[in-house]
Amino acid sequence: MNGVLVPIQNCTVDMIRIKCPYCGERDHSEFTYGGDASIKYPALDAPESEWTKAIFFRENIRGMQKETWHHTNGCRLWLEVERSTITHEIKSVKACHPQIEKITKNKS
Amino acid sequence: MTRFNAWNVFKNGFTGQKNWDRQWRDPEPKKEYDIIIIGGGLHGLATAYYLAKNHNKKNIAVLEKGWIGGGNAGRNTTIVRSNYMLPGNHEFYEHSLKLWENLSHDLNYNVMFSQRAHVSLYHSPGAKDGAARRYNIMRLHGTDAELWDLDTLKKNIPHLNYNDARFPIMGAAVQRRAGNARHDSAVWGYARAADSLGVDILQNCEVTGVKRSQNNIESLETSRGTLKAKKVGFAVAGHTSVLWQMAGLGNLPIESHKLQAFVTEAVKPLLDHVVVYGVGGAHFYISQSDKGSMVFGGDLDWYKSYAQRGNLPMVQDTAEAAMAIMPCLGRIRLLRHWAGVMDMSMDGSFFICKTPLSNLYLNAGWNYGGFKASPASGWYFADLIANEQPHKHVQNHNLERFEKGINIDERGAGPDPKLHG
Ligand SMILES: Cc1cc2nc3c(=O)[nH]c(=O)nc-3n(C[C@H](O)[C@H](O)[C@H](O)COP(=O)(O)OP(=O)(O)OC[C@H]3O[C@@H](n4cnc5c(N)ncnc54)[C@H](O)[C@@H]3O)c2cc1C
Ligand SMILES: [Zn+2]
Repeated sequence: MNGVLVPIQNCTVDMIRIKCPYCGERDHSEFTYGGDASIKYPALDAPESEWTKAIFFRENIRGMQKETWHHTNGCRLWLEVERSTITHEIKSVKACHPQIEKITKNKS
Repeated sequence: MTRFNAWNVFKNGFTGQKNWDRQWRDPEPKKEYDIIIIGGGLHGLATAYYLAKNHNKKNIAVLEKGWIGGGNAGRNTTIVRSNYMLPGNHEFYEHSLKLWENLSHDLNYNVMFSQRAHVSLYHSPGAKDGAARRYNIMRLHGTDAELWDLDTLKKNIPHLNYNDARFPIMGAAVQRRAGNARHDSAVWGYARAADSLGVDILQNCEVTGVKRSQNNIESLETSRGTLKAKKVGFAVAGHTSVLWQMAGLGNLPIESHKLQAFVTEAVKPLLDHVVVYGVGGAHFYISQSDKGSMVFGGDLDWYKSYAQRGNLPMVQDTAEAAMAIMPCLGRIRLLRHWAGVMDMSMDGSFFICKTPLSNLYLNAGWNYGGFKASPASGWYFADLIANEQPHKHVQNHNLERFEKGINIDERGAGPDPKLHG
């Protein structure tokens, strides 16, 4: 960094715009943030250490990460969004549930 | 280093106050240190100071990628309080508050600690009961705490919305010894005091790689060369996960979120206290700086981020909260707002602990509350690094607490970092 501020490029910090596959592009303030979408819960009878990792430990990526958003003030779908945690640029958006994905595809 | 005192100010008056020494040196990095602390925020600087002062350690460096105090240390709303109730937390924050009370003398630097009282409003009988429970627990532990009824509140703080607030104000939980301090002064004071005990403060020194063996850190790659250390402490707040992964250590119970602060134009004295409006949590907090600006903040921006810039919906949210309890602010102009990257932990409490590597120590997870914690954080982190075992007040503030089921969750919000504050 050398004490100099690096200009933020491609920055959509002020308002993120999320392209909901069902409703179209909307302000992020219509959505509720979920969290890390990469977490997979282990089997119910998995050892406690695995459950601890899934529930409490995060990669906390500085860069592109998969995360969930809920379109609370829209269609109320849960979406999986690929977004940069540095610039907030969005790479992809899809419905979390694969069946919904099919329905929205057929529609368009 | 010339001490600050009345005589020296008087003497320097003859030469226009121009002959003061540098406050701290700007040394070239040595190849090897006994102890390297990464992160030149308040926690890193305080740790170095107490290592030198309390434990007589020599040959210490603090590595800062930008300038000291350029992170959250210089971005916060400067509230200092100790209204915690869980074991470990209340002893820790009370110790911190006691250190604040004497910090200006200890550092020979005016940190402008102002015990103007922290006034946390309540708006329902249930909230009053909750506050009474917490503040009674504090009293039982010897921390000052009181409840103000509506009349007392009105007398002390006349400008709140007592008429038609959406959530009527019913009274407040008050800690009188709490208040504000000047954040930059605390940074500079710790830096100057640590430097005078021989600590090297290395600015523009970013750690870019961690070279390790199976269970040891061998050296650090930095923008100012390779540095070796017998012991390494991480105190990088919002960037803890980044360094943790540089050391190949995997995941942490931490997420980085951003929090904004707001400053208005200066006005005449309006508010003598720190006022917190908390329908459901730390929703809005405000105080007036010595220059006259209103300084306030609200909630997180709600999504994970490493960008040190805040979003606009939160500006609106915070402005709405301001108008809800202090409508007299309606025409004041906002001068600046910014964001800091917060190390939000899974239970809202911090980590001062050992790590899987034998010579690495962790200081992180400060959430919204690491400014007030700085003196005690440095104190106990230095103690851990020097004595190789945690002090009893921080013995559960480690990474294993989640698996053991002894989370330290003041708010009872569960394992979702954005809900703690
Ligand atoms: C808007 C806002 C309001 C807040 N309000 C309050 C409040 O009212 N009361 C309160 O108690 N707390 C408050 N806090 C929290 C408090 O500011 C932080 O918890 C605390 O400052 C964190 O500790 P620090 O000072 O050591 O962090 P920082 O100042 O962030 O220090 C960490 C340092 O590490 C450096 N660093 C990172 N990566 C590297 C690397 N690779 N190599 C070298 N250096 C590196 C950074 O540049 C940074 O200077 C607030 C925070 C924010 C953002
Ligand atoms: Zn939608």
